[in-house]
Amino acid sequence: MMKKAGRLLANLLLVAFSCVWLAPIYIIFVNSFKNRAELYANILSLPSAFTGEYYAQAMQKMNFAAAFKNSFLVTVFSVVIIVVLSAMTAWMLVRSHTALSRFLYRFLIVTMLIPFQTVMMPLMQEMNGITKATGIQMKDSLGGLVFMYIGFGAGMGVFLFHGFIKSAVPVSLEEAATIDGCNTWQVFWKVVFPLLKPTAITVAILDVIWIWNDYLLPSLTLTSNAHKTIPVMASLFFGTYTIQWNMAMAALMLTVIPVVVFYFAAQKYIIKGVAAGAVKG
Amino acid sequence: MKIKKKWFALFTVPLISVFFAVVILPFISGVLYSFVKWDGLPKNPKQFVGFENYLKVFTDSRFLASLLRTSLFTIISMLIINVLALAFALFVTSRLRARNLSRAMLFMPYLIGGLLLGYIWQFILGDGMKAIGVLTGREDLFFYWLSDSRFAFIGMIVVTTWQMAGYIMIIYIAGLQTISDDVLEAARIDGAGFWNMLFRVKLPLLMPSITISLFLTLSNCFKIYDVNLSLTGGGPANATEMVTMNIFAEIFSKSNYGYGQAKAIVFFVIVAVITMLQVKLTSNKEVEA
Repeated sequence: MMKKAGRLLANLLLVAFSCVWLAPIYIIFVNSFKNRAELYANILSLPSAFTGEYYAQAMQKMNFAAAFKNSFLVTVFSVVIIVVLSAMTAWMLVRSHTALSRFLYRFLIVTMLIPFQTVMMPLMQEMNGITKATGIQMKDSLGGLVFMYIGFGAGMGVFLFHGFIKSAVPVSLEEAATIDGCNTWQVFWKVVFPLLKPTAITVAILDVIWIWNDYLLPSLTLTSNAHKTIPVMASLFFGTYTIQWNMAMAALMLTVIPVVVFYFAAQKYIIKGVAAGAVKG
Repeated sequence: MKIKKKWFALFTVPLISVFFAVVILPFISGVLYSFVKWDGLPKNPKQFVGFENYLKVFTDSRFLASLLRTSLFTIISMLIINVLALAFALFVTSRLRARNLSRAMLFMPYLIGGLLLGYIWQFILGDGMKAIGVLTGREDLFFYWLSDSRFAFIGMIVVTTWQMAGYIMIIYIAGLQTISDDVLEAARIDGAGFWNMLFRVKLPLLMPSITISLFLTLSNCFKIYDVNLSLTGGGPANATEMVTMNIFAEIFSKSNYGYGQAKAIVFFVIVAVITMLQVKLTSNKEVEA
């Protein structure tokens, strides 16, 4: 009996602590419906009415629909391309036992240490240069941004696929497929890639979290409001409307909601993916 | 399996060439930029100045102050995050029923980006704190934290901890789950209590997880930018300006492209050296069960 009560208490304490941990989100949520007087009366209380008024204002001022679309497109295209290209590259680097493949692998890993701030300025100069030389719009374009994410995501992607292929994908299967008449392209897509699914999910989850939330790179490249992603739009919005806290909090909730939805939809994969990504990292 | 060169090229060239264009070429040209004086305008010449930029970096008191501040911030945050994350992990790997729910809730802040976290906490540490102060009558402790340089610095640590602890917890959970029940059972039979179990059995076996967690917290905290920008903006009066913000301002606000780039290269060297040192130090302590 005592033991049962103790266990119940421990459970309650754990849940209570977790709720306190998420209190900041609760505070933002309840105050996104209040006016200023109500906010100062009691910051923790539920609002007297749930009005969508501040949300509508924030949505319009933040250009939320367009920002959401931009973030979504950039994230989806970048993640899909990173997963496909780094799986292809990693497989080749594992299977071809040459000095070049060993060098490329090590090079990709070591250069992951380079902080973004070390390359940001020359990268912007280079993108200007490409546009000047070829006429292809690299800055202020979603395609250009995707291009840059592929480059920055390459190291991590190749690293995770490389480790998995080396330890868990048997060469014998590939050899059998070759004997059955598959060429290298078919071997990869028909035999190897389906086996890479767990790692593909890990890479995708890690990259979604990174790219969806990334601020500095898009803030440097995207100059027109129509192209801006959610974090960039949010920073612009907060630069302008910090005084109107209820609207600012509605804006914050708007940006947090997609993340929460994503989390609830794929929680199992996210926690597994993050753990797998880190353990191999 | 023999692979033809044509296939090797087809599979690797697309990614490798983008990688070189986005990371390697800018890195190399970044080294070159660090030897010139330039204001960023294409029409103006880039003037070669040798090592002058680098010499200037080591006498730039604001840069050195930001470096010292970032180091202090990193060490404190790293310790708090890891202790807290390990405690969380021990709790949620217990047999408590609420463990899954708690794990999910504790991890959530990590999914919200640093920029937005900063804005959320700007409210909590500003108007939120003030409201608590009025409510409890302790206005000496609960006031507008971000206008006080010491409390703003603490605020940076609080927000970073809130963001990272749940993430690091996941890594410790994965580590704890690899410890076999036999080992724990044997220790229990030998009469190990909670603390002996933790310090003599679990922690030594967790060394690989500790290595990874320290690496991730060390490099993330040292490179922090988004939270700094949205929470304090480096203020009040530059009192919370971290090194990345100093570099950004030198290049893009003050338009000292060459000098700012020299700082960026120095920053890279520091990050590379300390993370490699840390990994060497802690991996030496790894044991096998």
